[in-house]
Amino acid sequence: MEVQDTKSTLQVAPRNEEKIKKIWKTAFILLAITVAEFIMAFTMDRGILLYSLFILLTIWKAKYIMMEFMHLGEEAKPLFYSIIVPLIFLVWLVIALVKEGSDIFLMRW
Amino acid sequence: MSAHSTAIEVSSKRGVWGGGNEPLKASYGKLMMWFFLLSDIFTFAAFLISYLAIRVSYPAYAGAAETFTGSNEYWPVPELVFEALPFLHGVHAPLIFVGIMTFILIASSVTMVLAVEAGHRNDRDDVVKWMLWTLLGGITFLSCQAWEWSHFIHGTDNGSLLTYVNGLGQNVTETVFGANLMVNEYGPAAFAQLFFFITGFHGFHVTIGVFLLFLCFYQAAVGVYDKRGHYEMVEKIGLYWHFVDLVWVFVFTLFYLI
Repeated sequence: MEVQDTKSTLQVAPRNEEKIKKIWKTAFILLAITVAEFIMAFTMDRGILLYSLFILLTIWKAKYIMMEFMHLGEEAKPLFYSIIVPLIFLVWLVIALVKEGSDIFLMRW
Repeated sequence: MSAHSTAIEVSSKRGVWGGGNEPLKASYGKLMMWFFLLSDIFTFAAFLISYLAIRVSYPAYAGAAETFTGSNEYWPVPELVFEALPFLHGVHAPLIFVGIMTFILIASSVTMVLAVEAGHRNDRDDVVKWMLWTLLGGITFLSCQAWEWSHFIHGTDNGSLLTYVNGLGQNVTETVFGANLMVNEYGPAAFAQLFFFITGFHGFHVTIGVFLLFLCFYQAAVGVYDKRGHYEMVEKIGLYWHFVDLVWVFVFTLFYLI
Protein backbone atom coordinates (compact mmCIF):
# COMPACT_ATOMS: atom_id res chain seq x y z
CA MET A 1 0.00 0.00 0.00
CA GLU A 2 1.27 3.44 -0.90
CA VAL A 3 1.68 5.79 2.00
CA GLN A 4 -0.66 8.65 1.43
CA ASP A 5 -0.65 12.25 2.50
CA THR A 6 0.36 12.52 6.15
CA LYS A 7 -1.92 15.49 6.56
CA SER A 8 -5.60 14.86 7.20
CA THR A 9 -7.74 15.70 4.20
CA LEU A 10 -10.95 15.77 6.23
CA GLN A 11 -12.23 18.63 8.29
CA VAL A 12 -10.88 18.06 11.81
CA ALA A 13 -13.25 19.14 14.54
CA PRO A 14 -11.91 20.48 17.86
CA ARG A 15 -11.77 18.17 20.88
CA ASN A 16 -15.07 17.72 22.66
CA GLU A 17 -13.78 18.43 26.17
CA GLU A 18 -17.10 17.59 27.81
CA LYS A 19 -17.18 14.13 26.22
CA ILE A 20 -13.54 13.46 27.13
CA LYS A 21 -14.20 14.51 30.72
CA LYS A 22 -17.12 12.06 30.86
CA ILE A 23 -14.88 9.23 29.57
CA TRP A 24 -12.33 9.82 32.32
CA LYS A 25 -15.10 10.05 34.91
CA THR A 26 -16.45 6.64 33.80
CA ALA A 27 -12.93 5.21 33.96
CA PHE A 28 -12.59 6.52 37.49
CA ILE A 29 -15.92 4.94 38.52
CA LEU A 30 -14.86 1.55 37.06
CA LEU A 31 -11.56 1.76 38.93
CA ALA A 32 -13.30 2.74 42.18
CA ILE A 33 -15.72 -0.21 41.97
CA THR A 34 -12.82 -2.60 41.31
CA VAL A 35 -10.90 -1.25 44.31
CA ALA A 36 -14.04 -1.61 46.45
CA GLU A 37 -14.37 -5.26 45.33
CA PHE A 38 -10.74 -5.81 46.24
CA ILE A 39 -11.20 -4.42 49.74
CA MET A 40 -14.37 -6.46 50.23
CA ALA A 41 -12.56 -9.65 49.19
CA PHE A 42 -10.14 -9.25 52.10
CA THR A 43 -12.32 -7.74 54.81
CA MET A 44 -15.72 -9.48 54.53
CA ASP A 45 -16.62 -13.03 55.45
CA ARG A 46 -17.11 -15.38 52.52
CA GLY A 47 -20.72 -16.28 51.96
CA ILE A 48 -23.83 -15.69 49.97
CA LEU A 49 -23.98 -11.97 50.95
CA LEU A 50 -20.46 -11.22 49.69
CA TYR A 51 -20.97 -13.22 46.50
CA SER A 52 -24.25 -11.44 45.74
CA LEU A 53 -22.56 -8.08 46.30
CA PHE A 54 -19.73 -9.08 43.95
CA ILE A 55 -22.15 -10.06 41.21
CA LEU A 56 -24.23 -6.88 41.62
CA LEU A 57 -21.10 -4.70 41.49
CA THR A 58 -19.93 -6.58 38.39
CA ILE A 59 -23.25 -6.00 36.62
CA TRP A 60 -22.99 -2.35 37.63
CA LYS A 61 -19.53 -2.17 36.00
CA ALA A 62 -20.87 -3.96 32.90
CA LYS A 63 -23.59 -1.32 32.66
CA TYR A 64 -21.00 1.47 32.61
CA ILE A 65 -18.91 -0.29 29.96
CA MET A 66 -21.90 -0.94 27.69
CA MET A 67 -23.59 2.44 28.14
CA GLU A 68 -20.62 4.82 28.26
CA PHE A 69 -17.82 3.02 26.39
CA MET A 70 -19.87 1.16 23.81
CA HIS A 71 -22.41 4.03 23.54
CA LEU A 72 -25.33 1.58 23.60
CA GLY A 73 -27.45 4.18 25.38
CA GLU A 74 -27.05 6.54 22.41
CA GLU A 75 -28.24 3.98 19.83
CA ALA A 76 -31.80 3.92 18.50
CA LYS A 77 -34.27 2.38 20.96
CA PRO A 78 -35.08 -0.73 18.84
CA LEU A 79 -31.37 -1.56 18.61
CA PHE A 80 -30.91 -0.94 22.33
CA TYR A 81 -33.75 -3.30 23.26
CA SER A 82 -32.78 -5.98 20.73
CA ILE A 83 -29.42 -6.22 22.54
CA ILE A 84 -30.65 -5.90 26.13
CA VAL A 85 -33.90 -7.91 26.13
CA PRO A 86 -32.37 -11.28 25.02
CA LEU A 87 -30.05 -11.09 28.04
CA ILE A 88 -33.09 -11.78 30.25
CA PHE A 89 -32.65 -15.46 29.33
CA LEU A 90 -29.37 -15.44 31.24
CA VAL A 91 -31.21 -14.72 34.49
CA TRP A 92 -33.01 -18.03 34.12
CA LEU A 93 -29.78 -19.82 33.17
CA VAL A 94 -28.13 -18.62 36.39
CA ILE A 95 -31.10 -19.74 38.53
CA ALA A 96 -31.38 -23.12 36.79
CA LEU A 97 -27.69 -24.02 36.85
CA VAL A 98 -26.99 -22.83 40.39
CA LYS A 99 -29.95 -24.91 41.58
CA GLU A 100 -28.63 -27.88 39.60
CA GLY A 101 -25.15 -27.41 41.06
CA SER A 102 -26.38 -27.27 44.65
CA ASP A 103 -28.49 -30.39 44.10
CA ILE A 104 -25.43 -32.24 42.80
CA PHE A 105 -23.60 -31.05 45.91
CA LEU A 106 -26.29 -32.52 48.17
CA MET A 107 -26.25 -35.86 46.36
CA ARG A 108 -22.47 -36.18 46.17
CA TRP A 109 -21.33 -35.06 49.64
CA MET B 1 -46.74 13.62 -11.89
CA SER B 2 -46.74 12.05 -15.39
CA ALA B 3 -48.52 8.74 -16.00
CA HIS B 4 -45.26 7.09 -17.11
CA SER B 5 -43.41 7.73 -13.91
CA THR B 6 -41.97 4.58 -12.33
CA ALA B 7 -40.51 6.24 -9.27
CA ILE B 8 -41.76 4.90 -5.95
CA GLU B 9 -43.49 7.63 -4.12
CA VAL B 10 -42.12 8.15 -0.65
CA SER B 11 -44.74 9.56 1.59
CA SER B 12 -44.33 10.39 5.22
CA LYS B 13 -47.00 7.79 5.99
CA ARG B 14 -44.63 4.90 5.15
CA GLY B 15 -43.22 4.97 8.64
CA VAL B 16 -39.81 4.06 10.03
CA TRP B 17 -40.02 0.39 9.02
CA GLY B 18 -41.51 0.99 5.58
CA GLY B 19 -38.16 0.70 3.83
CA GLY B 20 -35.88 3.21 2.21
CA ASN B 21 -34.29 4.34 5.44
CA GLU B 22 -32.27 3.02 8.39
CA PRO B 23 -34.69 2.30 11.22
CA LEU B 24 -31.88 1.41 13.63
CA LYS B 25 -29.82 4.45 12.58
CA ALA B 26 -26.67 2.33 12.42
CA SER B 27 -24.62 1.09 9.49
CA TYR B 28 -24.62 -2.55 8.38
CA GLY B 29 -21.15 -3.16 9.83
CA LYS B 30 -21.98 -1.73 13.21
CA LEU B 31 -25.25 -3.68 13.45
CA MET B 32 -23.52 -6.94 12.57
CA MET B 33 -20.80 -6.25 15.13
CA TRP B 34 -23.50 -5.75 17.78
CA PHE B 35 -25.30 -8.97 16.90
CA PHE B 36 -22.03 -10.90 16.79
CA LEU B 37 -21.23 -9.55 20.24
CA LEU B 38 -24.68 -10.56 21.48
CA SER B 39 -24.02 -14.15 20.37
CA ASP B 40 -20.57 -14.00 21.97
CA ILE B 41 -22.14 -12.76 25.21
CA PHE B 42 -24.24 -15.94 25.25
CA THR B 43 -21.19 -18.12 24.62
CA PHE B 44 -19.21 -16.57 27.46
CA ALA B 45 -22.25 -16.49 29.73
CA ALA B 46 -22.75 -20.22 29.19
CA PHE B 47 -19.11 -20.87 30.16
CA LEU B 48 -19.14 -18.62 33.19
CA ILE B 49 -22.49 -19.84 34.51
CA SER B 50 -21.26 -23.43 34.08
CA TYR B 51 -18.27 -22.44 36.22
CA LEU B 52 -20.68 -21.18 38.87
CA ALA B 53 -22.72 -24.40 38.72
CA ILE B 54 -19.67 -26.65 39.04
CA ARG B 55 -18.26 -24.49 41.80
CA VAL B 56 -21.39 -24.79 43.96
CA SER B 57 -21.44 -28.56 43.37
CA TYR B 58 -18.15 -28.86 45.36
CA PRO B 59 -17.61 -28.07 49.03
CA ALA B 60 -15.80 -24.79 49.64
CA TYR B 61 -12.58 -24.61 51.65
CA ALA B 62 -13.70 -23.77 55.17
CA GLY B 63 -10.48 -23.64 57.22
CA ALA B 64 -8.20 -20.74 58.12
CA ALA B 65 -6.26 -19.07 55.30
CA GLU B 66 -2.86 -19.77 56.93
CA THR B 67 -3.41 -23.53 56.91
CA PHE B 68 -4.69 -23.76 53.32
CA THR B 69 -3.41 -26.68 51.29
CA GLY B 70 -4.71 -27.61 47.88
CA SER B 71 -6.90 -30.71 47.69
CA ASN B 72 -9.23 -32.26 45.15
CA GLU B 73 -11.80 -32.69 47.92
CA TYR B 74 -12.83 -29.03 48.01
CA TRP B 75 -12.82 -25.91 45.83
CA PRO B 76 -9.86 -23.61 46.59
CA VAL B 77 -10.08 -20.00 47.76
CA PRO B 78 -8.87 -17.90 44.78
CA GLU B 79 -6.81 -15.41 46.79
CA LEU B 80 -4.74 -18.34 48.10
CA VAL B 81 -4.14 -19.72 44.60
CA PHE B 82 -3.45 -16.55 42.64
CA GLU B 83 -0.95 -14.90 44.93
CA ALA B 84 2.35 -14.81 43.03
CA LEU B 85 4.14 -11.92 41.32
CA PRO B 86 6.75 -12.04 38.57
CA PHE B 87 10.33 -11.41 39.75
CA LEU B 88 9.27 -11.68 43.40
CA HIS B 89 9.54 -15.37 44.15
CA GLY B 90 7.96 -16.52 47.40
CA VAL B 91 6.22 -13.23 48.15
CA HIS B 92 2.61 -13.71 49.25
CA ALA B 93 0.70 -11.06 47.26
CA PRO B 94 -2.90 -12.25 46.95
CA LEU B 95 -4.68 -11.07 43.80
CA ILE B 96 -2.20 -8.21 43.25
CA PHE B 97 -1.06 -9.41 39.84
CA VAL B 98 -4.56 -10.05 38.54
CA GLY B 99 -5.56 -6.64 39.90
CA ILE B 100 -2.81 -5.07 37.79
CA MET B 101 -4.05 -7.04 34.76
CA THR B 102 -7.59 -5.77 35.32
CA PHE B 103 -6.30 -2.23 35.61
CA ILE B 104 -4.34 -2.58 32.33
CA LEU B 105 -7.38 -3.87 30.44
CA ILE B 106 -9.69 -1.14 31.77
CA ALA B 107 -7.05 1.48 30.91
CA SER B 108 -6.80 0.15 27.36
CA SER B 109 -10.59 0.34 27.11
CA VAL B 110 -10.39 4.01 28.12
CA THR B 111 -7.76 4.80 25.47
CA MET B 112 -9.90 2.93 22.94
CA VAL B 113 -12.95 5.07 23.65
CA LEU B 114 -10.73 8.16 23.36
CA ALA B 115 -9.65 6.90 19.91
CA VAL B 116 -13.32 6.49 18.95
CA GLU B 117 -13.98 10.05 20.11
CA ALA B 118 -11.06 11.28 17.98
CA GLY B 119 -12.46 9.28 15.05
CA HIS B 120 -15.76 11.14 15.29
CA ARG B 121 -13.78 14.35 14.84
CA ASN B 122 -11.74 12.94 11.90
CA ASP B 123 -8.61 13.73 13.91
CA ARG B 124 -6.03 11.36 12.46
CA ASP B 125 -3.20 12.29 14.86
CA ASP B 126 -5.34 11.63 17.94
CA VAL B 127 -6.71 8.36 16.54
CA VAL B 128 -3.18 7.10 15.85
CA LYS B 129 -1.96 8.17 19.29
CA TRP B 130 -4.80 6.52 21.22
CA MET B 131 -4.81 3.39 19.05
CA LEU B 132 -1.12 2.96 19.82
CA TRP B 133 -1.79 3.19 23.57
CA THR B 134 -4.65 0.69 23.26
CA LEU B 135 -2.43 -1.69 21.29
CA LEU B 136 0.25 -1.40 23.96
CA GLY B 137 -2.33 -2.16 26.67
CA GLY B 138 -3.57 -5.22 24.78
CA ILE B 139 -0.08 -6.64 24.30
CA THR B 140 0.81 -6.00 27.95
CA PHE B 141 -2.34 -7.77 29.09
CA LEU B 142 -1.56 -10.79 26.91
CA SER B 143 1.98 -10.96 28.26
CA CYS B 144 0.65 -10.86 31.83
CA GLN B 145 -1.75 -13.66 31.03
CA ALA B 146 1.08 -15.73 29.55
CA TRP B 147 3.00 -15.37 32.82
CA GLU B 148 -0.12 -16.15 34.85
CA TRP B 149 -0.67 -19.37 32.87
CA SER B 150 2.96 -20.35 33.08
CA HIS B 151 2.94 -19.94 36.86
CA PHE B 152 -0.35 -21.81 37.17
CA ILE B 153 1.01 -24.72 35.10
CA HIS B 154 4.36 -24.97 36.89
CA GLY B 155 2.92 -24.53 40.36
CA THR B 156 4.35 -23.75 43.76
CA ASP B 157 7.55 -24.98 45.45
CA ASN B 158 5.79 -27.44 47.76
CA GLY B 159 2.94 -28.75 45.64
CA SER B 160 0.12 -30.72 47.26
CA LEU B 161 -0.17 -34.35 48.30
CA LEU B 162 -3.17 -35.73 46.44
CA THR B 163 -4.87 -39.04 45.77
CA TYR B 164 -6.34 -39.17 42.31
CA VAL B 165 -7.10 -41.44 39.36
CA ASN B 166 -4.38 -41.06 36.73
CA GLY B 167 -4.59 -41.42 32.96
CA LEU B 168 -4.19 -45.21 33.15
CA GLY B 169 -7.15 -45.53 35.50
CA GLN B 170 -4.94 -46.26 38.54
CA ASN B 171 -5.44 -44.74 41.97
CA VAL B 172 -2.23 -42.91 42.87
CA THR B 173 -1.14 -40.85 45.87
CA GLU B 174 1.70 -38.44 45.17
CA THR B 175 2.80 -34.85 45.47
CA VAL B 176 1.41 -32.88 42.54
CA PHE B 177 3.04 -29.70 41.26
CA GLY B 178 1.18 -27.19 39.13
CA ALA B 179 -1.76 -28.00 36.91
CA ASN B 180 -2.77 -29.88 33.80
CA LEU B 181 -6.09 -31.14 32.50
CA MET B 182 -5.89 -34.38 34.54
CA VAL B 183 -4.88 -33.14 37.97
CA ASN B 184 -3.78 -29.94 39.70
CA GLU B 185 -2.36 -29.03 43.08
CA TYR B 186 -4.94 -26.30 43.77
CA GLY B 187 -8.30 -28.07 43.74
CA PRO B 188 -10.54 -30.51 41.87
CA ALA B 189 -9.57 -31.29 38.24
CA ALA B 190 -12.54 -29.23 37.06
CA PHE B 191 -10.97 -26.12 38.63
CA ALA B 192 -7.93 -26.13 36.32
CA GLN B 193 -9.97 -27.34 33.35
CA LEU B 194 -12.36 -24.41 33.66
CA PHE B 195 -9.48 -22.00 34.28
CA PHE B 196 -7.66 -23.09 31.13
CA PHE B 197 -10.77 -23.20 29.02
CA ILE B 198 -12.40 -19.91 30.01
CA THR B 199 -9.33 -17.67 30.44
CA GLY B 200 -7.93 -19.34 27.31
CA PHE B 201 -11.03 -18.53 25.29
CA HIS B 202 -10.92 -14.98 26.61
CA GLY B 203 -7.20 -14.74 25.80
CA PHE B 204 -7.99 -15.95 22.28
CA HIS B 205 -10.44 -13.07 21.93
CA VAL B 206 -7.80 -10.65 23.21
CA THR B 207 -5.32 -12.01 20.65
CA ILE B 208 -7.79 -11.45 17.79
CA GLY B 209 -8.46 -8.02 19.28
CA VAL B 210 -4.76 -7.12 19.22
CA PHE B 211 -4.59 -8.07 15.52
CA LEU B 212 -7.64 -5.91 14.80
CA LEU B 213 -6.20 -3.02 16.83
CA PHE B 214 -2.98 -3.20 14.85
CA LEU B 215 -4.88 -3.25 11.57
CA CYS B 216 -6.91 -0.24 12.66
CA PHE B 217 -3.82 1.62 13.89
CA TYR B 218 -1.98 0.96 10.64
CA GLN B 219 -4.89 1.94 8.39
CA ALA B 220 -5.49 5.11 10.36
CA ALA B 221 -1.79 6.00 10.22
CA VAL B 222 -1.44 5.61 6.44
CA GLY B 223 -4.63 7.56 5.78
CA VAL B 224 -7.02 4.82 4.61
CA TYR B 225 -9.86 6.21 6.71
CA ASP B 226 -9.22 9.76 5.54
CA LYS B 227 -9.57 8.54 1.98
CA ARG B 228 -12.73 6.64 2.90
CA GLY B 229 -14.17 9.78 4.40
CA HIS B 230 -15.02 8.42 7.85
CA TYR B 231 -13.47 6.63 10.84
CA GLU B 232 -16.27 4.14 11.47
CA MET B 233 -13.85 1.19 11.54
CA VAL B 234 -12.35 2.60 14.75
CA GLU B 235 -15.82 2.49 16.26
CA LYS B 236 -16.50 -1.11 15.18
CA ILE B 237 -13.17 -2.43 16.41
CA GLY B 238 -13.73 -0.35 19.54
CA LEU B 239 -16.99 -2.23 20.19
CA TYR B 240 -15.13 -5.53 20.00
CA TRP B 241 -12.36 -4.33 22.29
CA HIS B 242 -14.80 -3.06 24.93
CA PHE B 243 -16.53 -6.42 24.77
CA VAL B 244 -13.23 -8.15 25.63
CA ASP B 245 -12.97 -5.84 28.65
CA LEU B 246 -16.60 -6.56 29.55
CA VAL B 247 -15.98 -10.31 29.59
CA TRP B 248 -12.83 -9.87 31.68
CA VAL B 249 -14.83 -8.00 34.32
CA PHE B 250 -16.98 -11.13 34.74
CA VAL B 251 -14.02 -13.54 34.56
CA PHE B 252 -12.32 -11.47 37.26
CA THR B 253 -15.32 -11.67 39.58
CA LEU B 254 -16.03 -15.38 39.08
CA PHE B 255 -12.49 -16.76 39.05
CA TYR B 256 -10.63 -14.41 41.34
CA LEU B 257 -13.16 -13.01 43.79
CA ILE B 258 -15.83 -15.66 44.41
